[in-house]
Amino acid sequence: MMKFRKTLWLLAASATMALPQMADAARPWMLPSETMFAGSGNEWVTVDAAISSDLYYFDHPGQDWQPIATAPDGSAAQVENRAIGKLRQTFDLGIKTKGTYKIAIVNEMLMGSYMLNGERKMLPRGTTAATLATAVPQGATDVQTATARTRIETFVTAGEPDRKVFTTTGKGLEMVPVTHPNDLAVGEAATFQFLLNGKPAAGLDVVAIPGGIRYRSDLKQMDAKTDAEGKVSFTWPEAGMYWVSISSGGRRGPGGEGPGAGGPGGAPGAGRPQGQPQGEGAPRPPMGPPQDRATYAMTVEVQG
Amino acid sequence: MQISHKIVLTGAAMGASALAMPAAAQTLDVTLTLPRLSVAEYHRPYVAIWLEKEGAPARTLSVLYDVDKRNNAGVKWLRDIRMWWRASGRSLTLPADGISGATRAPGTHKLSFTAGKGGMPALAPGKYTLVVEAARESGGREAVRVPLNVTAAGARGSASGQFELGAVSAVLSR
Repeated sequence: MMKFRKTLWLLAASATMALPQMADAARPWMLPSETMFAGSGNEWVTVDAAISSDLYYFDHPGQDWQPIATAPDGSAAQVENRAIGKLRQTFDLGIKTKGTYKIAIVNEMLMGSYMLNGERKMLPRGTTAATLATAVPQGATDVQTATARTRIETFVTAGEPDRKVFTTTGKGLEMVPVTHPNDLAVGEAATFQFLLNGKPAAGLDVVAIPGGIRYRSDLKQMDAKTDAEGKVSFTWPEAGMYWVSISSGGRRGPGGEGPGAGGPGGAPGAGRPQGQPQGEGAPRPPMGPPQDRATYAMTVEVQG
Repeated sequence: MQISHKIVLTGAAMGASALAMPAAAQTLDVTLTLPRLSVAEYHRPYVAIWLEKEGAPARTLSVLYDVDKRNNAGVKWLRDIRMWWRASGRSLTLPADGISGATRAPGTHKLSFTAGKGGMPALAPGKYTLVVEAARESGGREAVRVPLNVTAAGARGSASGQFELGAVSAVLSR
């Protein structure tokens, strides 16, 4: 970790730098072609991955995300036919054994800045811990960094759902199922636990939004807040694919975790222009050093 | 000699079956109607029939699907019988003796289940629900729930679907 020093710091600018593609209510997601398989050994799921305003339509540039698939026994599974299009990424995964598969996209970036010749310069977009040394030029001082972690997941099950794939890494925001994400049904409550860096993510806002926003006027967003154990429950009003998202940190400076669910949709940077006063009464606190940020989003299917 | 030998064998077989199935073997007769649908593309529905009792796992009595497809390929679409798949189907290995059967044509069909055979358990008195769910390729899906209040005398119930199923009735006797 770099040494932090108090300085005036355009935090919002750093947020914009870190996740520029998530501005204006865009939501990151993966959508599996189906979530339930018989487990006959020769089945395929096709997954679309995109950032978009509507769920689940493609209206933003496709992302060069590297998907990681985990087979029911916990081993890595190979994704095939990966292609990055103008508006989405798509890939296939063979469903060869019974049990639950996890498909994840995990991004970790460094955001921050350094002083060079009396000027504060931003770290270039896409800087990671591995590239930090080359991103910061010789002679730079007062380097400030924070980590931005994004995790996007979805799950599919052949036969009966099982739980081997739900191991956590202790980094960023992660979901631990109380209710299995491939065992959700209309009218039933489902509980998920969220961890932030391996510890219960308490007091964070979580949103759930059913897909198909484009063809209805009501967003149908459900809001909840994690309890002391990081747990949250939703009772599904109708069948379909749902986008569930939670985020933490980074947007308001010290002491202001802010609603992770910023505007409608709750995606990072959702709802309001970055860097504008947020008009919630209290004056903006002085900017501190950049804050670590974490975002989690998953797509789950609710059976009707 | 030959004759008496046969008699002994038969007697033994009868004794064994009497032990496995007491004299009061329950029989559940289910009558269901698959409506004749006037649609451009008709496929016979996949149908699952199962019993529910609160606090007990669902018991599949019968699942009618494309059993004759090569490489057991018909099982691929069993998950389209979505309620049944979640309640019972996904934990079964199919085809299963006494449970799997071929799809049926539109019309009225009677299926009989004997306690202790296939998936049919012996039913203690109590409240059960018989569920029949039909899912049709390129078509709809519907589940019909028939409440069965089982007493020592048996049980009787009926219900009707609107789209993919017609009348469903069940009679439990012993």
